[in-house]
Amino acid sequence: MCASLAYVARLRKDSSEEDGNLVIQMDRTIDESAAWEPKIIAFLCTWCSYAGADLAGVSRFQYPPSIRIVKVPCSSRISANLILDALRAGADGVLVSGCHPGDCHFISGNYYARRRFALLKNLLEFVGIEPGRINFSWVSAAEGERFSQIVREVTERVTKLGPASRLVKKPLPEITAYSTHSGAYQRTLEY
Amino acid sequence: MSITNQTISEEIRTRAKELIASGEVAAFLGFTQGNLPMTTRPFVARQPADAEKLVWNSFCVMNLAKYLPELLRSLEPRRGPKDPPPEDPLPKVGVVATGCWSRNIVVQSHENQIQRDRLIVLGVASRGMVSKRRVEDRMQGREILSVEEDEHSLLVQGRGFREEIPRWDVVRDNCRSCINPDPVILDQRIGEPAPARNVKDRYRQVNEVEARTSEERWAWFQNEISNCIRCYACRNACPLCYCPTCFVDDSRPQWVGKGLDPTDTATFHILRAYHCAGRCTDCGACESACPTGIRVRLFTKKLEKDVLEMYGTEAGLHPEMPLPLTTYDANDPQGFIMAGNGPGETGKGRPSADEEVEP
Repeated sequence: MCASLAYVARLRKDSSEEDGNLVIQMDRTIDESAAWEPKIIAFLCTWCSYAGADLAGVSRFQYPPSIRIVKVPCSSRISANLILDALRAGADGVLVSGCHPGDCHFISGNYYARRRFALLKNLLEFVGIEPGRINFSWVSAAEGERFSQIVREVTERVTKLGPASRLVKKPLPEITAYSTHSGAYQRTLEY
Repeated sequence: MSITNQTISEEIRTRAKELIASGEVAAFLGFTQGNLPMTTRPFVARQPADAEKLVWNSFCVMNLAKYLPELLRSLEPRRGPKDPPPEDPLPKVGVVATGCWSRNIVVQSHENQIQRDRLIVLGVASRGMVSKRRVEDRMQGREILSVEEDEHSLLVQGRGFREEIPRWDVVRDNCRSCINPDPVILDQRIGEPAPARNVKDRYRQVNEVEARTSEERWAWFQNEISNCIRCYACRNACPLCYCPTCFVDDSRPQWVGKGLDPTDTATFHILRAYHCAGRCTDCGACESACPTGIRVRLFTKKLEKDVLEMYGTEAGLHPEMPLPLTTYDANDPQGFIMAGNGPGETGKGRPSADEEVEP
């Protein structure tokens, strides 16, 4: 979870107040609730969507830094196992993007993928995963600006839904004790 | 004893005996009586004398198509990994099939798990199988010692009680909403053919869940699978689950953990249902096999509904059509794909269809 630091400056009167001295106390608190940013795993097909994202970068189109890109050869490489794995790992959202129908580099991959994704999306919403957690799009290699729009839209959707909690696999406490993540190590020392 | 069941049982025994004795089949797959009341078990008859053990009643809840791929493979002559495939003719197998099981045979034949010409299918129209759990619920904890079936009722007996209950009241959900009790493929027919049934609302249970909000659905789902002990009986009973290494057995990468973590259980059920998309015939074996009574088939029922609405096909109903996820249409519904039509930074966004775009 992204934590932002908020400096809280408090004016506090010291015991030596009679002298008219004011002691300014600066407290540094970690405000975890403010400015949470979602983590969205974006599976992009190499030939169209990844190139489109690259074009967005080269053309300096701004989009929120919420996506983590995984380059795959084709959108049909993405199976339901992978999407669920992203959700289990704690991703707040998933974006899968491929070539436009008819333009797949492998001719028909995105056609099969389209059927698969439609069914998966409906099934996940049926069992209660919030609509908007997983998203699909077709982005071609020339659509840099559109890619940035799509990322903006997905980030908005996922931010509104809040951090993911329904299909997240939390690691066992014993494992976090040995992880290199210092925060977790510090916490377990308290027991 | 129900006259219909008696007639069908005798007919199955006679035909199976004939097929085995004449050498036409090397094995015959049917059901035999189980040890406990209201249970039957799938049974392979290999000698003519074994055929006497075959039965047919309203408790034949497992799906015989599950055992076909392995049975057919086991009858092939032994060969090493580098030997060429065996030559025809290979030993045949006889099997009893109702509507849903015959559709599973069609699906398996499409997926090259069985060869249709190695099967002799005896088609029986199903009158609906009874759910053992429903009968037990009605007895409210009293131990059932025997159940006798009459044409339209069940006579349930235990220590100090005898009750007659209407048969249709305890028939399984999937049988109640079945529209095709008659087998779609058969080589010989046993009993009377059944016409297609006109069911008012096939997806009533699915629609009930879809009417709820996302939070309510999650609560319902968590509650439904809360009793899951991950025995995988549902997977083991399912004729579609024939992968040599199931996704739950994969360790690198590990898709589903081994423990009873609710997230793992949810992942298992979601993915198993998903793997049956477009292939499930709603035979109910998963629900009948579940030791804790989870309504596992509701997840696959949702997928069945979607496949029918979006792609117009049902698993195994039309032997000549390919399975929905192995094919595609250029005009498949894609309303769920993001349009990304916002104005964007340059203020222009995608040109609409009417605008002229400079080359």
